[in-house]
Amino acid sequence: MKLVLDNVACERGGRRLFSSISRQISAGQGLLVKGPNGSGKSTLLKTIAGLLHAATGTIVLDGGMANATLSEQCHLVGHQPGVKSALTVAENHAFWREFLGGGGDPDGLARLGLANLAELPAGVLSAGQRRRLALARLLAAPRTVWLLDEPAESLDRASNALLARLIDERLASGGIVVAVSHTALGGRFTRSLMLGGTAAGRAKAGGR
Amino acid sequence: MSAFVQLMRRDLRLALREGGTTGTALGFFLVVVAILPLGLGPELKLLARLAPGLLWIALLLSALLSLDRLFHNDADDGSLETLAMGPLPLEAVAAAKALAHWLTTCLPLVLAAPLMAVLLNLPIEAFGALVLTMAVGSPALSFMGAIGASLTLGLRRGGPLLALLVLPLYMPVLIFGVTALTIAMEGGDLISPPFLILLALSLAAGVLAPVAAAAALRANFT
Repeated sequence: MKLVLDNVACERGGRRLFSSISRQISAGQGLLVKGPNGSGKSTLLKTIAGLLHAATGTIVLDGGMANATLSEQCHLVGHQPGVKSALTVAENHAFWREFLGGGGDPDGLARLGLANLAELPAGVLSAGQRRRLALARLLAAPRTVWLLDEPAESLDRASNALLARLIDERLASGGIVVAVSHTALGGRFTRSLMLGGTAAGRAKAGGR
Repeated sequence: MSAFVQLMRRDLRLALREGGTTGTALGFFLVVVAILPLGLGPELKLLARLAPGLLWIALLLSALLSLDRLFHNDADDGSLETLAMGPLPLEAVAAAKALAHWLTTCLPLVLAAPLMAVLLNLPIEAFGALVLTMAVGSPALSFMGAIGASLTLGLRRGGPLLALLVLPLYMPVLIFGVTALTIAMEGGDLISPPFLILLALSLAAGVLAPVAAAAALRANFT
C-alpha cells in the first residue's frame, strides 16, 4: 500500500502555494513536511484529506480499500481540536468512535492518559489535555493514513513522547503518517518534504 | 444510519446541556406574540382574524433566531472537518443537523403555539389545526434554514444576511400555512389542498435542502 502524490499543485485565494509535488509514501513510512509560515503545509494536509481540491495533479491511496474514498481512510488532527466543551471527555471520545465507524481501540482515552478525566466536561481541560483528547481520535477508528498538523502543540514532554510512541506504533503496523511539525516527533520519519521559498527547486531538493 | 443517529443524538444532547437555544426561541416567540396586541389594539375580533398570520410570522422569526448556530459551532471547533471525513455523506450530516434543529427549536415552538394563540384570541376550536399545520410546515423552516446557515458560515456578521437569504425561501411556507389554518378555522377540511402543499414543501425541503447545504459547506472549506 502506498500514498501517491502525483504532480500536485495547490492554490489558496488565487495564489499558487506550491506546485509539482510528487511523492510516493509506502506503508510504514512517515513524511515530515517542513516550510516557513504560509508555505501551504496545512493546505497540503487538507488536500490529502479531501477537504480541498488540488489545482492540478492527483492523490491516491494505492492498494487502499476499494469501497472507501481516500478521505474516509484518513485521520486529520488539525489546529482546532474538534472537542465539545459541554460534553464530558468520555462523551466526546465515544461520539467520534461511533460516528467514525467503530472498531477503534477501546482504551483510547487511557492510552492518552485521560482515563481519570473521563467524567469531566471537556470545557475545563487545559490546552494540552484538550490536544490529547483530539489525538485520542486517532485511536477512535482504525484508519491507514494519519495527517497531523502540528500535533505536538501545547503538549508537555511526557505527552510528546507518548505521541511519538503512537506514531511509531502506527507506522510499525503498516500505516502512513504525514506530519507538519516544528518539533521532533520520534525517529521514524524517514522522508521529508520542504515547501515554500523558491517553490519547486526546494521542494525537489527536500529529498526523494 | 447509526452515524446519522449518533450525530443527531449529540446535537440534541448539546442543545440540552448548553441550554439557550430552545429557551431563547420560546421566549422570543412569546415576546413577539405578546407585543402584537399592544400595537394592534385590544379589539378581539380583529385579533382573531389576524391570529393565523401573526402566529405563523412569529414562528418563522423565532425559528430563524437560532439558525446561525446550526453549523457555526462545529466549524469553529474543527468538528465539521472530521464530520466531513466520516463514513456519512456531507448531505446526511447536514440533514441530521437540520433535523436536530427542528427537534430542539421548531417542535417546542409548535407545542407552545396554543398558549400563544390565547393571547391573540384564536378560536379554541382551531388550536388542533394550528398545531397540526405548524407541525407539518415547520420542518421546511429548519431544512431551508440549513441552506442559509451553510452559505453564511464563516462570515463575521452572518446573522442579518442569513435572515435576508432565508426569509424569501420561507414565503411559500407562510402562505400555505396561513391558508390551511384559515380554511380549517372557518370550518373547512383540515386536509385541504394548501395543507397538502405545505406537506409537500416540507418533504421537498427535506430532500433538496441538504444537497444545497452540503455543497455550500464544501465550498466553505476552500
